[in-house]
Amino acid sequence: MKKKACALVKKISSNQQQIVSVILRGLMLLSIFLTVGILFSILVYVLIKGIPHLTPELFAWKYTTENVSMMPAIINTLMVTGLSLLIAVPVGIGAAIYLTEYAGRGNKLVSVIRITAETLSGIPSIVYGLFGFLFFVLRLHWNYSILSGSFTLAIMILPLIMRTTEEALKAVPDSYREGSFGLGAGRLRTVFRITLPAAMPGVLSGIILGIGRITGETAALLYTAGTAADIASDVMQPGRTLAVHMYCLINEGLYTNQAYATAVVLLVMVVGINALSSFLVKKMGVKK
Amino acid sequence: MMQKVKERAMMILFLIAACVSVLAVGIICWFLLSNGLMTIGKIGPGEFLLGMEWRPSSGLYGIFPMIIGSIYVTVGAMVIGIPIGLLCAVFLAYFCPKKLYKVIKPAVDLMAGIPSIVYGFFGLVVIVPIMQNLVGGSGKSLLTASILLGVMILPTIISVSESSIRAVPESYYEGALGLGATKERAVFFSVLPAAKSGITAGIILGIGRAIGETMAVIMVAGNQPMLPESLISGVRTLTANVVIEMGYATGLHREALIATAVVLFVMILIINLLFSLVKRRHAK
Repeated sequence: MKKKACALVKKISSNQQQIVSVILRGLMLLSIFLTVGILFSILVYVLIKGIPHLTPELFAWKYTTENVSMMPAIINTLMVTGLSLLIAVPVGIGAAIYLTEYAGRGNKLVSVIRITAETLSGIPSIVYGLFGFLFFVLRLHWNYSILSGSFTLAIMILPLIMRTTEEALKAVPDSYREGSFGLGAGRLRTVFRITLPAAMPGVLSGIILGIGRITGETAALLYTAGTAADIASDVMQPGRTLAVHMYCLINEGLYTNQAYATAVVLLVMVVGINALSSFLVKKMGVKK
Repeated sequence: MMQKVKERAMMILFLIAACVSVLAVGIICWFLLSNGLMTIGKIGPGEFLLGMEWRPSSGLYGIFPMIIGSIYVTVGAMVIGIPIGLLCAVFLAYFCPKKLYKVIKPAVDLMAGIPSIVYGFFGLVVIVPIMQNLVGGSGKSLLTASILLGVMILPTIISVSESSIRAVPESYYEGALGLGATKERAVFFSVLPAAKSGITAGIILGIGRAIGETMAVIMVAGNQPMLPESLISGVRTLTANVVIEMGYATGLHREALIATAVVLFVMILIINLLFSLVKRRHAK
């Protein structure tokens, strides 16, 4: 009797187990299906709606209210991207080199730097935007300009560049460094001739991710680089990037079709940037 | 000799570069806090933080509805994002066939790369009309914003959770299997609890993303500066308040907006602190 009961309990619980397992499996499939489905529908929807409106006129050199060309915005985006990288990349790589190659273990300064970099990466872009507005635009009197926007974004992507470079440098085997020291090279030479070149794909993939963030950024630029629709003639002039351009088009409410077309260009850029970055990471993985 | 000077100089240069981030955080804190706290003092902390009315034209600067709005929207995003994200992470770590993984993983990464303005636009032209038909009203609501934000934080939650699930020693999984658990049971009741602190860190990161998100939220949330009565009424977040009004604000109004960002900034700092605490515990 007792044995029977035991067997029964076991059977029930194993049946229940089975049911729970099936439910969990179903939920997992549903979630993954939802996630991929949403991504897919965003891509397809934007492409279908946008591609027909990608007319050559939208790439005219001049922005007018009749023809809301995105070419000026694309050029501004390139300018902002270039300038931000020019500031953030040397600083970020230098910082990462210090953290991995120079700083000793247990260095107090290192943990302070880590904490601040982590803090920076958590700050939302609108807060960066307001800070840029207060500091670069008002305090330094740079006004709404490409320069203000670029400096703001440079601070924003700095932690990203630092982190990816640090990881890439750490992944370089110590034997490389030891070999270099053994051959009589100094620390500096080792860094520039041996470690940094070996870590290059990782560094590049970080930079490319940074480009992706700059390209998609809106909130940090609205009140630093401004929303002027023309090509900025120099870095002290205001100018909207492509993402800001799209925001303005949506906000004005008259140019939904053109907004779709802008979204297509943005998406293509982001997809390309992502693909390039993961390609580089893969390349680094093979090298290891 | 020359060599030594060069080495020394470069090291100092690297050190300076490393200190830039410290400097940046310092300046950001200094500028925001000094500006914001002064304004809050001018308006009165109680009136500013707990005031129910936001009417700059009549000198009323209460951001309580926006604080609550930000919290509601974030909680809503969590309710949607966490279960889906976790289930996806478990699937990717333990159940996904290799071939499928090669497709899904880049897709999730791509999701993280899509600009928030594109998410917002998609929400505006697709999700808002759907919600209009489903629940009525304008379609721009707390619910819509929560759904969109829930989707946007998915990649963060998925990738952080997946890597912490993968970091759990294989023996946990094998032990559970050896005791007769099914694969699902082993993963969900033995591996998942062991990855708890990593997953918590991912969730906190997601909360930070959600509460700081701006461009997508303003497109779909309706932006009425009052407490939402239900899931389908409009809501304004702290971030939306800043972006919408900064363009034309002057004087005290502008200062109040900067103070709004400071409140957001302090919330983010607290979230960051939580994140590093959880991470430190995880590392031990």
